[in-house]
Amino acid sequence: MDRPRTIASNAAGLSKADYGGSPSTLCRGCGHNSIASQIIQVAFELSLRPSDVLKLSGIGCSSKSPAYFLGMSHGFNALHGRMPAVATGALAANRRMRAIGVSGDGDTGSIGLGQFKHLLRRNTRMVYVIENNGVYGLTKGQFSATADEGLDLKYAGHNDLPPIDLCQEAIAAGCGFVARSFAGDAKQVREILKAAFSHRGTAVIDIISPCVAFNNEDDSPKSYAYGRHHEKPLHELGYIPFADEIVITESDPGELTTVDLHDGSRLKLRKVEEDHDPTNRIAAMTRLMEAERKQEFITGLLYYNPSRPSYAEAARLPETPLALLSEEALRPPPEALERTLQRYR
Amino acid sequence: MTTPPAIARDVTNDFSLVVATANGTGSQTANLALLRACFHMGIPVCGKNIFPSNIQGLPTWYHIRVSKDGYVARRTSEVLVAFNQATVDADLRELPSGGVAVVDAGLAHGVERDDIHLYAIPVKALMAASEHKGKLRDYLANMTYVGVLAHLLDIPLDAIEAGLDAQFGGKRRLVDTNLAVVRGAHAWAVEELTKTDPFRVAPMDATRDLLIMSGNEAGALGSVFGGVSVAAWYPITPSTSFIDALRDYLPELRQGEDGAPTYTVIQAEDELAAIGMVIGAGFAGARALTATSGPGISLMAEFAGLGSFAEVPGVIWDVQRVGPSTGLPTRTSQGDLAFAYGLGHGDGRHVVLLPSSIEECFEFGWRSFDLAEQLQTPVFVLTDLDLGMNNWMGRSFTYPDQPMQRGKVLDADEVRERGFARYRDVDGDGVTYRTLPGNDAPGAAYFARGTGHNAQAVYSERSDDWVENTERLARKFDTARRLVPPALEERVEGASVGLIAFGTTRYAIEEARDALAADGLRCSSMRVRALPIGEEVRAFIEAHERVVVIEMNRDAQLAGILRAELPDLAPHIESVAYLDGMPFTAGFVRERIEPFLTPRSLEVA
Repeated sequence: MDRPRTIASNAAGLSKADYGGSPSTLCRGCGHNSIASQIIQVAFELSLRPSDVLKLSGIGCSSKSPAYFLGMSHGFNALHGRMPAVATGALAANRRMRAIGVSGDGDTGSIGLGQFKHLLRRNTRMVYVIENNGVYGLTKGQFSATADEGLDLKYAGHNDLPPIDLCQEAIAAGCGFVARSFAGDAKQVREILKAAFSHRGTAVIDIISPCVAFNNEDDSPKSYAYGRHHEKPLHELGYIPFADEIVITESDPGELTTVDLHDGSRLKLRKVEEDHDPTNRIAAMTRLMEAERKQEFITGLLYYNPSRPSYAEAARLPETPLALLSEEALRPPPEALERTLQRYR
Repeated sequence: MTTPPAIARDVTNDFSLVVATANGTGSQTANLALLRACFHMGIPVCGKNIFPSNIQGLPTWYHIRVSKDGYVARRTSEVLVAFNQATVDADLRELPSGGVAVVDAGLAHGVERDDIHLYAIPVKALMAASEHKGKLRDYLANMTYVGVLAHLLDIPLDAIEAGLDAQFGGKRRLVDTNLAVVRGAHAWAVEELTKTDPFRVAPMDATRDLLIMSGNEAGALGSVFGGVSVAAWYPITPSTSFIDALRDYLPELRQGEDGAPTYTVIQAEDELAAIGMVIGAGFAGARALTATSGPGISLMAEFAGLGSFAEVPGVIWDVQRVGPSTGLPTRTSQGDLAFAYGLGHGDGRHVVLLPSSIEECFEFGWRSFDLAEQLQTPVFVLTDLDLGMNNWMGRSFTYPDQPMQRGKVLDADEVRERGFARYRDVDGDGVTYRTLPGNDAPGAAYFARGTGHNAQAVYSERSDDWVENTERLARKFDTARRLVPPALEERVEGASVGLIAFGTTRYAIEEARDALAADGLRCSSMRVRALPIGEEVRAFIEAHERVVVIEMNRDAQLAGILRAELPDLAPHIESVAYLDGMPFTAGFVRERIEPFLTPRSLEVA
């Protein structure tokens, strides 16, 4: 282990490059590219086997990005707003897959809001990333449902409507892992992503991801400049994998809390300015509404509750994925047909 | 009121009965007990429920046809049970001359007819002795007409008991409670009624080894034997009972070794999500289905296009009701054919299976999965409300005669040996190889997408990639022609006219053909069982001077498809297309096709 290597490899015997994808066709500087890089880094650090991972997306700039990471994993670029249904079906068919879905604010907040909420109700186990930039990029800059009220944009004009807060929606729908982050805060994105992969059900990460083409004016709350100056992390996050010893060396342990994740790994939360208890649903909702009122850009793990079973658990799906069951398991014998038909004679 | 003319001859095992009640009054138990009693006596029967889109109160009619010749199409009823105040006048007026009316004496009606046989049942008095109260008493009151009919029609009480027993799944207490009312009414009828009408039943031996079942039950059972493991759905009449049946069969038939179910049934938030789940599951390698009706099919259009373009297997049952829009939710139709066939924007057609019987519902139930996986595409199965929700006789189902056809799926070793490109047409049949998520061979992964792609499944906007891909999909559709269930035909030597139909219209058509043949007017017939059509359809049309396509929709959808796909034969394709929400009668079919069979109309043509 001490020998220096020219190319670092992880426990899966893979290098970081093995987790890459096709070259991005998104704009240079797009927040989504940064997030794709963090997904690559996280998959490498977690030593995920690419064949265990399923990538999913809807339609839009965000939804193109699964092509740009994990090229050795199966993926499905579905329909606009309909990734949750495809994910639900695919993961019902194969409960072993570690799924990551990438959506956008239009895909999740408008056309797909219904499916998003029902995905969370069912608690299908997957990481659900929203690359949230407040605008429709591919169709040239219209406001999305998460655009800030009162915002003026060159193409879209003036936005009179209040934004939909997707973290509030997620908590209201019963989601047990709700986080917000900023594409410009790579470290935080990584730590949250790692924790999300350890979650039992659907883990929602709403990442403010600036659109350099249509919504990156310095005064826009979804711009890089605004994020850099105004991001208010609720805590510093540190993911501790299942295998690692936890050694707390900090002098003031009262400032540090740990959250036990479902697979045995943990998340360290170091207090920054205020106390936020991510296990309190009402407090999480209150803090989000407060942030909305004060126009604060809070980030971090907002709500965490691993008590609800995932869909696969609730449906008592067999350990062998449904998709891999043998014909013997799938087709009852002739006697069973005869027995059933007796009722109809 | 004068006594109707005495009819010299008994009419045995050849009439139709209609029971008019209000929805939600529990008459279904009584009706099904009557149906099953006749079936138990060995007499061919068919039951049709003509019901409203309503939970309680609106009128409903249950038709039972008793036919010694085995005809099961709807026909005008000669025997009426009038138990609904709201419709009694109309029901009595519609009764044909010489018909029978068994009327609840408590109903007020203003119809005076001296050409029918009228029996009034003192329902209230008969129920007065009952120990039961409230709603249960109202339900049980329906058993009075069962008892009276048992006497009038000569149905032995043990046959009624067998019918009730089947109806209540052997729950003795329920059988006895109902039977007591039947016996009371029967005893009253024996004492008080003088039979003046000719209609009766007599035991036969024509239902031995037959089943009596609904198409939705048969389709669901076939799906279970086809290995369905993901079912995603949204409630909609008339397909809901398909999923109800599935959920009834699955726990018993599909429990894995560890006791875990080898399936999951997901009630989705809408039909978009339902088919999305099917497509997701199909992509991941499971056998997945959804069941819906017209409005659901409308919502599924986008995913159907994705499924066919990304090439994902899945099965979609459409139990057709009357559209457009919400239409007539509880009436039958064949109106979704053209829509389902071309569902989705842009180019492309879908495989559509067209069962006509419970046997075919069962067979297509499992075969649809084989076809979907062999062809890697969504497969539609179009039944209708009449087949799906009503009770039909059928031969005992044949266990699948071939192992599951899982299609061209490469495992990791195969990928390592031969390489893999998701959309490369290696075999020239348009059907390419696929891998399932979890396959860990290098190069096994691919990114499924609805966007333009090349043979490697990589995004492409190149014109040549687009053309190559869509031409291949057309080739695949030609492969489908050879795999789907072929059309079946009955050729009549020398006949110049052939009939073409699909689905449940076959029963009225068969009966009409027999009647015409008895009058010397003979024609061939063909029943299309799937789209795309195979060569046999062309051959059939070519062999006749003209064909008449008969279907239950206004726009002549099958005729249109045949004319478009066989343009050289279009001048020979005539149409009888009609939709009023009710299943065709033989009388209607005969009236419409007779002109095509007479020399005079040939001159006109």
